Amino acid sequence: MEKANEVVLVGGSAGSYTLITDMMAALPETFSPAIIIVIHRNPRFTTKIEDTLSTRLQKEVVQAADKAAILKGGIYFAAPGYHLLVEPDKTFSLDISERIHFSRPSIDVLFETAADVFLDRCTAFLLSGANQDGTDGIRQLQRMGAKVIVQSPTEASISTMPKHAIEASERVDIYSNRQILSYFRNLK
Amino acid sequence: MAKLTSSHISFQELEDIIELLGKVSGFNLVGYSKSSLKRRVQRVLDLERMDIVDLKNAIVNVEGFRTYLMNEITVNVTEMFRDPFYYAALRTDVFPYLETFPRLKFWSAGCSSGEEVYSLAIMLTEARLYNRSFIYGTDVNSHVLEVAKKAIYPLKNFKLYTENYNATGSFRSLSDYYTAMYDAAIIHADIRKNMLFSQHNLATDYVFNEFQFISCRNVLIYFDLELQNRIFHLFYESLSEFGFLCLGTKETLFNHEIMAKFKVINKKFNIYQKIK
Repeated sequence: MEKANEVVLVGGSAGSYTLITDMMAALPETFSPAIIIVIHRNPRFTTKIEDTLSTRLQKEVVQAADKAAILKGGIYFAAPGYHLLVEPDKTFSLDISERIHFSRPSIDVLFETAADVFLDRCTAFLLSGANQDGTDGIRQLQRMGAKVIVQSPTEASISTMPKHAIEASERVDIYSNRQILSYFRNLK
Repeated sequence: MAKLTSSHISFQELEDIIELLGKVSGFNLVGYSKSSLKRRVQRVLDLERMDIVDLKNAIVNVEGFRTYLMNEITVNVTEMFRDPFYYAALRTDVFPYLETFPRLKFWSAGCSSGEEVYSLAIMLTEARLYNRSFIYGTDVNSHVLEVAKKAIYPLKNFKLYTENYNATGSFRSLSDYYTAMYDAAIIHADIRKNMLFSQHNLATDYVFNEFQFISCRNVLIYFDLELQNRIFHLFYESLSEFGFLCLGTKETLFNHEIMAKFKVINKKFNIYQKIK
């Protein structure tokens, strides 16, 4: 399998779970970017989002493993309790350094490290959530020329996270849920 | 030298720093995972309000700065009984085997501020193995080892530690093993007795003893595959026949040829036994 040339990043917290599963369900059979998702989860309660999606999509959905290559068409979730980072050789690494905005995995950590490696071949979605994680990551993505899309706060179950990102940075695109799903449906 | 805003470090600048540190000191960061390391160096720049020129200058010219930098770069997040079911697995899958040895030596590699070492000592005490055991706790970071030696931790952490401890299925209470005073807790002397903390750098140092048990949890994720390979050989050479190697839940021997010399004892918690 070939390493990915571009990535689609997704960051979600409280209230984003259903939308994320719908986004993944909307995906066509084949597409070339790797999709990398951070969803805040409590490591003390095991959620089986990867297994649930693998079954529903009839496609392999995995937890990103330390030092694993980021492959074309791969769907990866950040492991609970660890930050997920993108390395310059397009592999993942994990890290248990301090929480950021009370979160590990942190959306900022994924967004910032992916921005440094994939530069403008990066599209990032920031969804519903109750904290400020993601905003710093979006700034770095924009510095590197990436495209940033924020879920419309009016549709987000909890609008704190998208609102904060919109206030803090110019040039973000605001998408309705319908537009977000359409993006994934038409991914090539 | 202080700046209002610090600058962003690039991968090339990171390589320059790694090379400079290697030249002027014994610190070797070549095999570290780059993105994680870059974030750690950036963190120091932000804390000190330095730019890359200031940093290079300080590395070469400022007394004690290199040690400070290494101490800040290494990640020291740890807790007692982190991953409680790992400790439960030690009790069921590993200790019955260790009971057959007359003397037991343990190595906690990358032990940070010591919480894992004390957790292990408590487990060994409850398994009635501690009197014939000795634990070496090592870390590259001199500062955290001083914390480990003191065995005094913030009391506010003990709510989580107690939850963790209870989840291991132990039949006692964690408070049997520490004394709280004001906002701190000290681990009891009978838990502290058979252990030694000392500095050891997994990236550059060598075998220093033979062990029946080595744990190195959430350390290898900071290293690339090549450095991981060096360290696995170091562990292999340091283990006695049928000795155990325990890694973090996201760390595995399976990407490495040396796996052929080990048997999997517990796949979920990455517990291995040397068989060849």
